[in-house]
Amino acid sequence: MYQYIVKRLLLIVPTLFGAALLVFFLLRLLPGDVCEVRLAGTGTWFDPQVLELCREELGLNDPLIVQFGDFVGGYFTGDLGTSMWTGQPITHEIGLRFKLSLQLAIMATLVAVAFAIPLGIISAVKQDTWIDYVVRAFSITGIAIPSFWLGIMIILGILIVTQNLFGEGWMPPINYVSPFEDPLGNLAQLIWPAVATGYRYSAVATRMTRSAMLEVLREDYVRTARAKGLAEKLIINRHALKNALLPVVTIIGIEFAFLIGGLVVTEQVFNLNGLGKLFVDAVGHQDFALTQQLVMLVVLIFVVTNLVIDILYAWLDPRIRYA
Amino acid sequence: MKRFTPTIAIAMVAGLALGLGVVGPASAATPQKGGILNFVVAGEAPSTDGHRETTYAVIHPYAPMYSVLIRVNPDDPQSSGFVCDLCEGEVPAATEGGTKYSFKIRKGVKFHDGTPLTAHDIVATFNKIIFPPEGVPSARKSFFKMVESVTAPNDYTLVFKLKFPSGAFLPAVAGPYNWVYSKKDLDEHGYAWHQKNVNGSGPFMFVQRQPGALVEGKRNPNYHHKGQPYLDGFKAIIAKKMSVRIQAIRGNRAAIEFRGFPPKARDDLVAALGDKLTVQESDWNCALFFTPNHARKPFDDPRVRRALTLAIDRQEAAKYLSKIAIVKTVGGVVFPGHPLAATQEELQQLAGYGTDIKKSRAEAKRLLAEAGVTNLVVNYNNRDVDQPYKVVGTWLIDQWRQVGLDVKQTVRPTAQFLATLRKSKDFDVSIDWNCASVVNPIADVSKFLGGAGNNYAQYEDKELDAIYEKLLRAATVDEQRKLMRQYEKRALDEQAHMGLTLWWYKINPHRSYVKGWKIAPSHYLNQQLDTVWLDKSLM
Repeated sequence: MYQYIVKRLLLIVPTLFGAALLVFFLLRLLPGDVCEVRLAGTGTWFDPQVLELCREELGLNDPLIVQFGDFVGGYFTGDLGTSMWTGQPITHEIGLRFKLSLQLAIMATLVAVAFAIPLGIISAVKQDTWIDYVVRAFSITGIAIPSFWLGIMIILGILIVTQNLFGEGWMPPINYVSPFEDPLGNLAQLIWPAVATGYRYSAVATRMTRSAMLEVLREDYVRTARAKGLAEKLIINRHALKNALLPVVTIIGIEFAFLIGGLVVTEQVFNLNGLGKLFVDAVGHQDFALTQQLVMLVVLIFVVTNLVIDILYAWLDPRIRYA
Repeated sequence: MKRFTPTIAIAMVAGLALGLGVVGPASAATPQKGGILNFVVAGEAPSTDGHRETTYAVIHPYAPMYSVLIRVNPDDPQSSGFVCDLCEGEVPAATEGGTKYSFKIRKGVKFHDGTPLTAHDIVATFNKIIFPPEGVPSARKSFFKMVESVTAPNDYTLVFKLKFPSGAFLPAVAGPYNWVYSKKDLDEHGYAWHQKNVNGSGPFMFVQRQPGALVEGKRNPNYHHKGQPYLDGFKAIIAKKMSVRIQAIRGNRAAIEFRGFPPKARDDLVAALGDKLTVQESDWNCALFFTPNHARKPFDDPRVRRALTLAIDRQEAAKYLSKIAIVKTVGGVVFPGHPLAATQEELQQLAGYGTDIKKSRAEAKRLLAEAGVTNLVVNYNNRDVDQPYKVVGTWLIDQWRQVGLDVKQTVRPTAQFLATLRKSKDFDVSIDWNCASVVNPIADVSKFLGGAGNNYAQYEDKELDAIYEKLLRAATVDEQRKLMRQYEKRALDEQAHMGLTLWWYKINPHRSYVKGWKIAPSHYLNQQLDTVWLDKSLM
C-alpha cells in the first residue's frame, strides 16, 4: 500500500509537467494579450508606446522558452510570479480566494451528502413506489437545472418575497466576510450558493447512491443476511450501505474537486470572490501568468483527490489491494 | 460658462412611465454628514496609478482619494467649463497670445501622509505625465503635445508654457486621471510606487483594498474644500456581472453604479423600487463606429464606404435602438450639444444623416453598382459584449442587408476582438468605439486620423491630417468650428473613413437617498465624491 502511494506521488511530477507544457503553449496560441485588454479594451485613447512598455515590463516580448523557463522555474524557487493584471503575487491572489472556495465546496458537499445518501437509500429500498418516483423526479430536476440559473432564481425569489413581505427587498451580501469574524453574515452569503450548487451535486449523488444500493441489495450476501433473520435496518446500514458507497465516494470526491475551482458561473452570479471568479477574470484579462497557475492548481487538486479516493477505496473495501 | 445640456435628463422616477419627469439636476436640501456610500464597479483596477491606466475601474474607487488641478464642475458636470480643485479662484485665462497659463495654488493643502502640497508637487506630477523619463508609462502624454514646459516660480504658482495656443489644453489638464502625486513620493519611491500605493490629497483616504472584492476609503478630515466630504467613507464593491449590480441596487447592497445600465435594467429597477429610485440620464461621450478596413478591397473605394454609411437609418435607430441599447443620439464627430458639434441642419448635409432613408439607400445601391460591387460578402468583426456592441451590431447587419450586402458576423471575446482589430486585421468591417472623459472634441476627433493609435481602418489621409493640424492650433471657437466642419465632411462623408452609428447614452439609476452626485457626460468624470451625501430620511 505504502509503495503504491509513493509510486502515485512520484507520478504526479510528470503529470504536472505535462499539464504545465500544455497550458503554457495553448494559452499562447490565443490571439491578444493582457496589455491590449488593459489599455485598448476601454476604447479610450492611449499612447501606443505604453502598450510596448507594458509588454516589456511583463516579459511578453521575451522568447517563449524563456517565459516557460520562468514559469516552471518558479516551482523550484517558490516564486509563482505575479498577476499580469494586478501586479500582486499569485500566491496572494489565490490564497485570498481559496478560503472562500474551500468553504463553499465544503458547505455544498454537506448539503449534497445530507440529501443524497438518505434519499438514495430510501429510493432504492422503496423502489417503484411513489416515494421512489418523487426522489427520482427531485434528482432528475436537479441534474437538469444549471446551478447558476437556480442561483439567479434564488436571488430573485428572495428579493421578491422579502420586498412583498417587508417593503424592502433583501439580497444575500455581495462581500465576503470570514466565518470567524461574522458567522451569521458569512452564512447569509454562502448558504444560497451552497444550496444552488449542492442541489445539482446531491442530485447526481442521489442517483448514484440509489443505483449502487439497488445493485448491492440484490447481492447474495444481502439475501443471506435476510435469510438468517437480521433486521432490515441492520442489513442496509451494515451490509449494503458500506459496499454501495464506493461509487458514491468517487462521485463526491470528483465533485468536491470540481467545486473548488469550477464554480465559474455560480460565483459570478452570487458575486463570490472565489477561485472560479478569479479564473474567469484571469482568462478574460488574458492574464497568462495567473491563468496557468490556476490551471495547475486545479490539476493538482484533481490528482490529489484521485489519490485520496483510491486510498479510501481500500479502506471501504478491504478486498481491494494495490500492487 | 457654456453648457451642452439639451439631452441631460435627470429624471426623478416615482414608479411613473419612463422619461416623464425631466427635472433640473439640483437638490436643494442641505447636505447631511455621515454614512458610508456603497457602490458597485464592474471592473477591477489593474493598478492604482491613474497616469498609466485607461480604465474607469481605476477612476471609480481611487479618484476620491486624489485631487486634481482643475476639474469639471461637480455641481454642474454637464457644463463645458472647468473649476479649480487645487488652484484658487477661477481657472485662469491664457496670456501671452494664448501660450501661458499661470495658476495660483491653494495654501494649506496636505497629502494624506501629512506632507504639505505645493506647486512643486503639481510640476512633478505633470512632468511625469507629459515628459515621462524613458520606460515610464504615461497613457495620455500626447494630449499635451502643445506644452513646452511646466514650472513653479514659487511654492504657490504654477506655470504652463505652451508651444502654440490650443483649445485642447485646458480640457487635457482637467482630465480625471491627472491625479496630483507628492513630489516626495516620486523622488523617494520612484515612478512605479503609485501603482500599488495611494497617497493623495483627495476627499477620502485609502483604507483597504481586497483584491477582486472591494476598495474602501474613509473621510479625509483635512480636505481642502471646507465642510466636505459629507460621507464618512465609501466602499467600491467589485461586481462584474451586470445582474449582480442591478440586484445589488434593488436589494440595497449598493446605492449606485456610476458607469451606466441599459434601458431594460432601468425599467426593471423603476418598476421594483418606485420612488426609492432616482434615474439620471445623459448623452455619453462615447461613440459607436463601424470601421471599414481600407486595406481590403473593395473597402479601399470611398464609394463602397459611402454606401455603408448611406444604408444606415440613424434617425429611426435613435427612436428604437435607444429602447434596448445604451445608444441614443444622432451626431457627427463632436459630442452632441457641444459648441463645436454640428447642428441638425449641418448634420443632414452628411451622407447617411438625411431623413429620407429610401433615397439614401437608393444612392448606396447606385454607388455599389458604380464601384462594380455585386453580391458582396462582408466579413464583419464584433465584440462579445452585449451593450452596445452586439445589439447595435445586429442592427447594422440588417441595415446593410437592405442594400444587398451579405454580412457574415464573427463575434469574438474582447482580447481576440482587439487582436483582430490591432494585429491580424482580418476583417472587412469591424465594430469600433471611442470613449473619452472630458469633452475635448479637438483631442477626441483624433480617432479619425489614419496614424492615430486607436484608428484601425488602415489609411493615410494627408488632407485630413492637415485640417487637424490647423484645428489643433485654432485659437477661437469660430475658427475651430469652421475647421471642424471641414474635418467632419472629409472623415464621415467624402471619404467615409469610418461610420458613426449613434452616440452612447448614459443611464444611472440609483437609490434616491444618494444626493449631490450629478451625472456627467462620461463615466470618468465627477467621481471624487466630495459633494455626495446620503439623505438619511430616505434610507
